[in-house]
Amino acid sequence: MSSSDTELIGTGLRKRTEKALNDPFLRAAVAYTTDKLRSGRLAAMEEFGDWEQWRSRAREIRAHTIAHLDYYLGQFADNVEKAGGIVHFCSTGAEAVDVFLKIARSKGAKLVAKGKSMVSEEMHLNHHLEQEGIRAIETDLGEYILQLARETPSHLIIPAIHKNKRQIADLFEEESGQPMPPETKALAGYARQKLREIFLEADIGLTGCNFGIAETGAITLVSNEGNGRMVTTLPKTHVVVMGMERLVPTYDDVEVMLNMLARSATGQKLTTYTSFITGPKRRGDLDGAEELHVIILDNGRSAQLGDPVFQEVLHCIRCAACLNVCPVYRHVGGYTYGSVYSGPIGAVLTPLLQQDMKEAGQLAYASSLCGACYEACPVKIPLHDMLVQLRARKVKLGLTPWTERAAFKIYATGFGNVKLYSWGAKLAHYAMKPMARGGQIRKAPGIFGGWTQSRFLPMKPKRSFRERWAELQRELQAEREKQLGGEDR
Amino acid sequence: MKVSLFVTCLADQMYPEVAESVVRLLHRYGCEVDLPELQTCCGQPAFNSGYQDEARAVARNLIRAFEHSDYVVSPSGSCAGMVHHYYPDLFRDEPEWKAKAEALVAKTYEFSQFLVRVLGVKDVGASFPYKVTYHPSCHASRLLGVREEPLELLRNVRDVEFVDLPKKEDCCGFGGTFAVKMADMSEAMVCEKAAHVCETGAEVLVGGDMGCLMNIGGRLNKEGKPVRVLHLAQLLEEGVKLR
Ligand code: SF4
Repeated sequence: MSSSDTELIGTGLRKRTEKALNDPFLRAAVAYTTDKLRSGRLAAMEEFGDWEQWRSRAREIRAHTIAHLDYYLGQFADNVEKAGGIVHFCSTGAEAVDVFLKIARSKGAKLVAKGKSMVSEEMHLNHHLEQEGIRAIETDLGEYILQLARETPSHLIIPAIHKNKRQIADLFEEESGQPMPPETKALAGYARQKLREIFLEADIGLTGCNFGIAETGAITLVSNEGNGRMVTTLPKTHVVVMGMERLVPTYDDVEVMLNMLARSATGQKLTTYTSFITGPKRRGDLDGAEELHVIILDNGRSAQLGDPVFQEVLHCIRCAACLNVCPVYRHVGGYTYGSVYSGPIGAVLTPLLQQDMKEAGQLAYASSLCGACYEACPVKIPLHDMLVQLRARKVKLGLTPWTERAAFKIYATGFGNVKLYSWGAKLAHYAMKPMARGGQIRKAPGIFGGWTQSRFLPMKPKRSFRERWAELQRELQAEREKQLGGEDR
Repeated sequence: MKVSLFVTCLADQMYPEVAESVVRLLHRYGCEVDLPELQTCCGQPAFNSGYQDEARAVARNLIRAFEHSDYVVSPSGSCAGMVHHYYPDLFRDEPEWKAKAEALVAKTYEFSQFLVRVLGVKDVGASFPYKVTYHPSCHASRLLGVREEPLELLRNVRDVEFVDLPKKEDCCGFGGTFAVKMADMSEAMVCEKAAHVCETGAEVLVGGDMGCLMNIGGRLNKEGKPVRVLHLAQLLEEGVKLR
C-alpha cells in the first residue's frame, strides 16, 4: 500500500474496516439483528398513523429545547435540587470522573452497579474506577456480556449486537467456572441471579438518562430488562450521568419523545420499563436511593450550540434507527467507528465531540451519502448533509492529502470549461484504451485499483453523446418530416 | 415544448446510448430537445468530497449553460438531486447566483419525473417481454423524492414480468468518490446488491441512475452473471420499438 493510499482515509479506520469485513460471523450477526430492528421499526411506524407528522412534532420539540438549552438546563437543575437532588455541571469528561470519584470516596464505595450509560463510556469511567480499586459492574445484559469480554458497546441500543449464544455461554462459563448451555433461558437465568447479588451489594447505582424533564426535574429511564429500576432503587446512592442536551421541557413532550424512541429503536410501542425518578427517596417512600446526584456533562457539546450546520446533532435521542438502516454499519459493525458512538450518528458526533477533524474526522468518509439515516431519524437530523459538511471542514483546515486537493483543482478547471472538458475526455479515452479488454477494464491502476478489485469498469466509448448529437438531431428531424409528410397525404 | 437535455458527464462520456433513448422518448412526445453546449458536470464529485469552492466553479458553469432553457431534463436522479438539494445552499453567500441557482432548480427534472409529472405520460406504449427487477437509487428517491414515477412507467409496460428486488432501498455502494475512496466498504455493499439482483432471477436490472448501474453492472460483469443492465429510458425506448 502506498503512502498516498493510506492517507486517503487514515490507517486506523482502514485497519478496523478490514478487520470487520474479514469477520463473517460479525457481519452475519449485525446484519441479522439490524434487519430485525428495522422491519420492527417500519411496522411500528405504520401502525402509529401519520409518522411524518409525529416526526415533525418530535423535531420541533428537540429544536425548541436545544435552542433554549440554557433556560431549560437552569430550570431542570433548579427542580432537581428542589426535589432534594444534587446537581454537578462538568465541562469535561475528566471533571465528571473527579466528581464521581469524590462521591464514591465519601461513601466508601467498593461496588458500583451500572445501568446503561453511554456517557460514562464517553468519559472512560470504568477504567478510572478500576484504578481506584472500585468495582463497577454493568447490569444491562448486553453490557455485562461485553464487560466479561473486555469490550465496549458497538451499538447504541443493543450493545452486544455482534455476539451469539455460544460466545456468550463461553464467557459465562469462564466467569462462573460452571458449564453453561448456549440457551437463552439458561444464560438469562445465570445473569439474573448474578446481577441480583450485585444490585443488593452495590454502594452506588449509576445510570444514564434518556430524558430529563425540565418542568419537574424528573429523570426518565427506559429499559427492557428492568435493571434500571434495580440500580436506581436498591443502592443507597444513585448517580445519574447525562449529556447536557438530554432534556425536554415538559411531561407532554416526553410522551412524544418516548413514543418516537421506542418505535424507532426496536419497533416497540413503549419499552417494557419506563422509570421516572424525581429526587431521592422521600419520607414514606417504600424504596429509592437516599441520595441522588445528577452529573450533567458538556464534553464538546456546547461547542455545537449556535453552529448553523451542526447544532442539530444535539437533537439526537440515541435511538439507533440510523445505525440499523445504514448499509455501511450493517457490513462493518460498531467497532470500525473506533469510538463510543457508531453508525452515521457516530460518524458525525465523534469528530465534533472530540474536536478532532484529523483522525476522528476520517469517519466522515465512512458513508456513501445514501441518506437512509436521515430518512430513518425520528427527529430528522440531516446526517448525510452533515457528513458532507464535515468533509468540507477537513478541506478548509487543509487536512486532506495534497494529491486530492490538486486533483479537485484540476477537476474544477477542467469541468468548469467545456473545451477543456471535451479535450480531457478524449485524453481519458486514449489513456483507458490499452487497459480495456472486451469493452471492460478489469484492472485499473492507482486510486481506481480498489474499484476494479471488486467490479469491472466499462471502457469509455469512442464517441461521446455530444459528438453524436448533430447526427441524432438530423435523424430525428428526418423522422419528424416523414411523419408530417405522412399526415399531409 | 422546448426541453434542454442535461446529459450529465457520465452519460455523455460513458453511456451516450442512454442519453439517446431519453432524447428519442422526449421527441416522441413532441418535445423539441436541445443540448446546451456549455454544460459539463453538476459538481457533485467535488461537493461530496468537501471541495465546495471547486464545486461552485463547476456549478456556475452549469447554471450558465441552462440560463435560457424552459425545462431541463436529466437521465440522472443524482445530478438533478444535486441541483435541487444543494445548489441554492452552495451559493448562500452570493445572492445573485443564489437566485440563478433557484431558477435552475425550478425547471430541473429527472427523466421519469418529467415524463410523468410534466408531460403526464404514464404509459409509453411499450412491450418488454422479460423478467425485470428495479433498483431505486438513493439520491433520486431520497434527495429528489422520485419514488413513484419510475414504477408508474414500469407498471404500464406490457408483457413484462416484474420482480421486486429484496432490500431495494439499500444503497448499492456507489456514492461517487466513496466507491474509490472506501473501496472495501463499497465492495461489501455492491456484492450484497448484486446477490439480491441474482436472487430475483431477473434477466434485466433497470434503474434511473448510471452511477449506480455502472457500479452494480460492473460487479455483475465481474461475476460473469448474465443480467442485462439498463437505464429506464433504454428499456422504455426498446419496449416501444418491440411493440
Ligand atoms: S441521529 Fe436520529 S436516528 Fe440516529 S440515533 Fe440519533 S435520533 Fe436516532
